[in-house]
Amino acid sequence: MEFLLTLLFDPNTRWVVTGCMLLGISSGVLGSFALLRKHSLVGDAVAHAALPGICLAYMLYGEKSIGLFMVGATASGLLGTLCISLISKYSRIKPDASLGIVLSVFFGFGTVLLTRIAQTGKANQSGLDAFLFGKAASLVQADIEVMMGVAAFLIIVSFLLFKEFKLLCFDPGFGRGIGFPMGFLGTVLMLMIVLTVVIGLQAVGVVLMAAMLIIPPVAARYWTERLHRMVIISGVFGAASGIVGTLLSGFTPQLPTGPVIVLSAFLLFIVSLFFAPRKGLVAKALHTAKLRRRVAVQNILQSLYDLTEHTTASGIRTDGWGFSEEEIYHLRPQGSRQARRVLSYLKKRGWVQMLEDNQGNKRWALTDRGADEAYAITLNERLYEMILMYPSRFGSVKLEQEGDRIQDCVSPDILQELKLLLTKHNHPVLLPQVKYGADLSYTECHQAVTSRGGDA
Amino acid sequence: MTSAVTVENMTVAYHKKPVLREISFEAPEGKLIGIMGPNGAGKSTLIKGILGLVPLASGKVGIYGKPYKIQRKLVGYIPQRESVDWDFPTSALDVVLMGRYGHAGMFRRLRAADREFAFSCLEKVGMSDFADRQISQLSGGQQQRIFLARALAQDASVYFMDEPFVGVDAATERAIVSLLNELKKQGKTVLVVHHDVQTVTDYFDWLLLVNLRKIAFGPTEEVFTSENLQKAYGGRLSFTETLVPSAGIKS
Amino acid sequence: MMSHAFWVMATGSLVAASCGFIGCFLLLRRMTMLGDAISHAVLPGIVVAFLVSNSLEGMTMLIGATIVGLLTSFLIQTLHTGGVQSDAAIGITFTSLFAIGVVLVSMYASDIHLDVQHVLYGEIAYVPWEVATLAGIEMPRAVWMMGGVFVLSLLVVGLLYKEIKLSSFDPQMAAAIGIPVLLIHYILMALVSMNTVAAFESVGAILVVAMIVVPGATAYLYTDRLHLMLGCSIVLGVLSAVGGYNLAAYFDVSISGAMVTVSGALFFLSFLFSPRYGVASRYFTQRALRKEHQKES
Repeated sequence: MEFLLTLLFDPNTRWVVTGCMLLGISSGVLGSFALLRKHSLVGDAVAHAALPGICLAYMLYGEKSIGLFMVGATASGLLGTLCISLISKYSRIKPDASLGIVLSVFFGFGTVLLTRIAQTGKANQSGLDAFLFGKAASLVQADIEVMMGVAAFLIIVSFLLFKEFKLLCFDPGFGRGIGFPMGFLGTVLMLMIVLTVVIGLQAVGVVLMAAMLIIPPVAARYWTERLHRMVIISGVFGAASGIVGTLLSGFTPQLPTGPVIVLSAFLLFIVSLFFAPRKGLVAKALHTAKLRRRVAVQNILQSLYDLTEHTTASGIRTDGWGFSEEEIYHLRPQGSRQARRVLSYLKKRGWVQMLEDNQGNKRWALTDRGADEAYAITLNERLYEMILMYPSRFGSVKLEQEGDRIQDCVSPDILQELKLLLTKHNHPVLLPQVKYGADLSYTECHQAVTSRGGDA
Repeated sequence: MTSAVTVENMTVAYHKKPVLREISFEAPEGKLIGIMGPNGAGKSTLIKGILGLVPLASGKVGIYGKPYKIQRKLVGYIPQRESVDWDFPTSALDVVLMGRYGHAGMFRRLRAADREFAFSCLEKVGMSDFADRQISQLSGGQQQRIFLARALAQDASVYFMDEPFVGVDAATERAIVSLLNELKKQGKTVLVVHHDVQTVTDYFDWLLLVNLRKIAFGPTEEVFTSENLQKAYGGRLSFTETLVPSAGIKS
Repeated sequence: MMSHAFWVMATGSLVAASCGFIGCFLLLRRMTMLGDAISHAVLPGIVVAFLVSNSLEGMTMLIGATIVGLLTSFLIQTLHTGGVQSDAAIGITFTSLFAIGVVLVSMYASDIHLDVQHVLYGEIAYVPWEVATLAGIEMPRAVWMMGGVFVLSLLVVGLLYKEIKLSSFDPQMAAAIGIPVLLIHYILMALVSMNTVAAFESVGAILVVAMIVVPGATAYLYTDRLHLMLGCSIVLGVLSAVGGYNLAAYFDVSISGAMVTVSGALFFLSFLFSPRYGVASRYFTQRALRKEHQKES
C-alpha cells in the first residue's frame, strides 16, 4: 500500500500512468469502430507491421527518438494496410490470409533489422526492445506530450465524424448512396487506427497491441445497445486497463508492461461477460430460466386444452376423468419431471385439478378458470401463427414483450382478419370465440357449442 | 407404393420463432415432388431438417423407413449455389468425383471405375468438355450443372434439390429438366424446392405446399387449387383465380 | 558429421515444409487467423509443461501443446457461440493466453532457459548442438521432433485426404454424407498445435505463423490442383529456409527472420509474376485479349 502511494506521488509515474490512460482511451474508442467494421485483427497486423518502420527509423537517425520511431511506425503500418488490401484485391487470396501474410512477413523482416541493429553493439540497446512487449516505464514527459496531442486529435476527430463512422460501420452502401465519401472515410478511419496503434506501442508492445483494440470494445458491448455509449464505455475500460496495468507492473520491474495491461483488460472483459445486466451470462441464464418456466406452463395448459377439446368434440373418451401425465406432456415434448413440477404449480394456482385413484395414478384436468386461461393462450398462439404465415400482410404488427396478448396489440380490423384466416385454416375448436364473436368465456362458448349439437 | 421419405411431426425453430410446425407427410417412391411456399416459409429448412443440417425441435425423419443417419448412401443433396468457395483449387471432374466419396468410405482411395462413372455423369449434363477446368472459370449455369453431375455421381435413390432453377440460363434449365425426367425413369424419388408457380405443374407429379405448416400434399392436380394456393400464399383472390385455370386444372 | 549449416538448414526446411503443408488447409478453410491464434496460445502451455517436467522433452511437450491448442480452438468457438464476433473471439483468446505466457516466462526466466526474445524468434542456431539418438542415428533433437511431426501430418492428411478436401470445399455436403466435420476440424487444429510446438524452438512463436501462412498462400497462386498446391508449398518452404539461412549468414542477422523475409519475397514475386494468377500475367493476358478484339472489330 505504501509502495503504491509512493508510486503515485512520483511525478514520473504520474506521467507514465497518464500516458497509458490516454492510449487506453484512444484504443478503446477507435477499437470500437474497428470491431464493428470487422477490422479488429487489422490492428494486430498494423502493430506487427510497424516493427520494420521503427527499426529503419533508428537505423537512419542513429539514435533513439520516440517521435521518429512513431513516424517510422506509422509509415510502415500504413504500408502494411495498403499491402493487405492490394493482396486481397488483386489475387484470389482472401482477406484473412492477406492479413496473416502481411503480419508475419513484415514482423519477420523487422526482426532481421532488429538483430542487425544488435550487431552494431550499441550498449544502450537503442530502446527498441521496449517495443516488442512494451515498457511503459521508459516513457518520459516528452513522449507523453506527443501521445497527448495525438490522442486528443483522435478523440476530437472521432467526435466530429461520429455519425459518418457510424454509417461507415453499419451500411457503407447506403452512405455512398446519400453522397457521403465512404472510401475517403474508410481511409481516414484506417489512418486513425494506425495512429492509435502507434501511440500504444511503447506501453503495450507490438505483439499485444491488438488486444487493446479488441478487448475493451468487446467488453463495453455487454453494457449497452447504443453506439455512443459503447464508445465511451470502451474508452473508460481502456483507460482503466492502462492505469491498473501500469501500476501493477510497477511492482515487478522485470515484467514488461504489455502483458499486465492486457490481462487487466481481459479481467474487465470476464467481469462484463458474466455480470453485465441483461447481456451478461448470469443475467441471461436467469432470464432463460424464467422464460423456460413460462413456456412450460403455457405448453401444459395448451396440451390440456387440446386434449379436452379433442375428447369433447369427438366424444371419444369413455375411460374416466382427466388425463394422465404422459398424455399431457407427450403432446408437446417436455421432461416428465418438469411437467410434474408445472402441474403442481398450476394446481396451486387453481387452474388445474387432480384426482388420484387408489393405485396412485394421478389424473389432471382444467378447472374453469384454468380453461379460460388455456383458451386465451391457445387462441393467442394460433393468431400468432397466422401472423407468421402471412408476413406480407401482418409484418407490421409489433409484439413488444413475450407475454403480450395479440388481442391487445392489434387493431380490431386486423384481429378480424386474423380470425377469418383461422377459420379458413380449419382450426376447428378455436371457433367458439371466433364464430360466436364477443368475448365469451371459454365455458360460455363451450356451452354454446354443445347446446347446438356440437358443431365446432 | 413404398414411401421413400417419411416425415413425422417435424418442428424447427430459429431463435424461438417457429419456421416449421408439425410437418408430416409420406413421399411415395419414384415421384418428382415440388415443394412450394412463400419466401421464408421454411422450404429450405424442411430439406435441411430432413438431412440433419439443422436441429429439429421435434419430429422424426425416415428414408425408406430407417433413420437418415443409416441411409446416407441413398440420399443426394444439391444445395443452393452459394455455399462453396469457388476459388478452391479443384477441377470440375474433381467436384463430381466428390460425389463418390460416400460410397468409397473413410480412409479408402477412389478407383478407376469411380473416375469413369464421374466422367459419364459429367457427360450426362453436357459438361464433359470442361472436366479439367477450374471451377471459378465456369458460368453460373455451368456451375449448377456440375453440382447436378455430382449428385448423379452419388447414385442415390432419393434426391433433394434446393431451388435449382434460380438464376440459370435456358440451356441449364433444359439440362435440369431432362435430368429430372431421367431420374424419374430410373425410379428415383426427387424432392425439389421450387420458386416458380408458373412452371410447377409442368415439372412435378406431386406437390407439397408449405407455409409454417403443411398446407397440402398430394398429386399436383389435387393440390394445385386456388383454395390451397390462397392458404399458402395468402394473396389476393384474383392472382390465384387466373393462375389455376391457366394451368389447365379445375379449381 | 554434417556441417552446422546443414543441420540448421535441415531444421528450417522441415519447419517450413511441415508448417506450410498443414497451412494450406488453414488457408483454404479461411482459418488463417485461427492458426495464428493457436501458435500464440501454445506459449503458456509450453511454459507450464517446462516448469512441470523441467525439460523441453519431446513427447510431453507435444501432448501438452495439442491439449492447449485444442482448448484454444474450443474457447474461441465457445466465445463465438456466446455472441462474440469471430475475429474478436480469436483476438481476445490468443492475446490473453499469450500475455499469460509472457508473464510466466518473465517470472520464471531463471528456471527455464527461455527468455522473451527466444519466445519470439527462437534460437535455430543452437539447434545442431542438442542432439538425440534414436535407433542408433544421432541427429539434432529439433530435427527428430520436427521431422516426426511432419511425417505425422503427412500420414494423417494422406489417410483422410478425401474427407479433409471435401469438408474444406463444401462442409454442408460433407456433413450430409456423414463425414464428421467437427472431428476433422479438431484433428487439423491438433496438427497445427503440434507443428507450432515442434517449430517453436527453432523459429519462435511468431515466426511459426509466417511458415504456416506464406508458403501455402504462395503455392495457391500457382496451381488449381490441391495436391500440387501441397507439394508446391513444401518446395517453397525449403527454398525459404535455405535462402534465408544463407542470407542471414551473409548479413549476420536473425536466421528465422531471414527465412521469413525470403518466403515473403517469394510470395511477392509470385504475386506479380505467377504464370496463372500473377498480377503481371493477368494484365498481359487482358491486354492481349483487348488487342485481339480491336483487330476483329
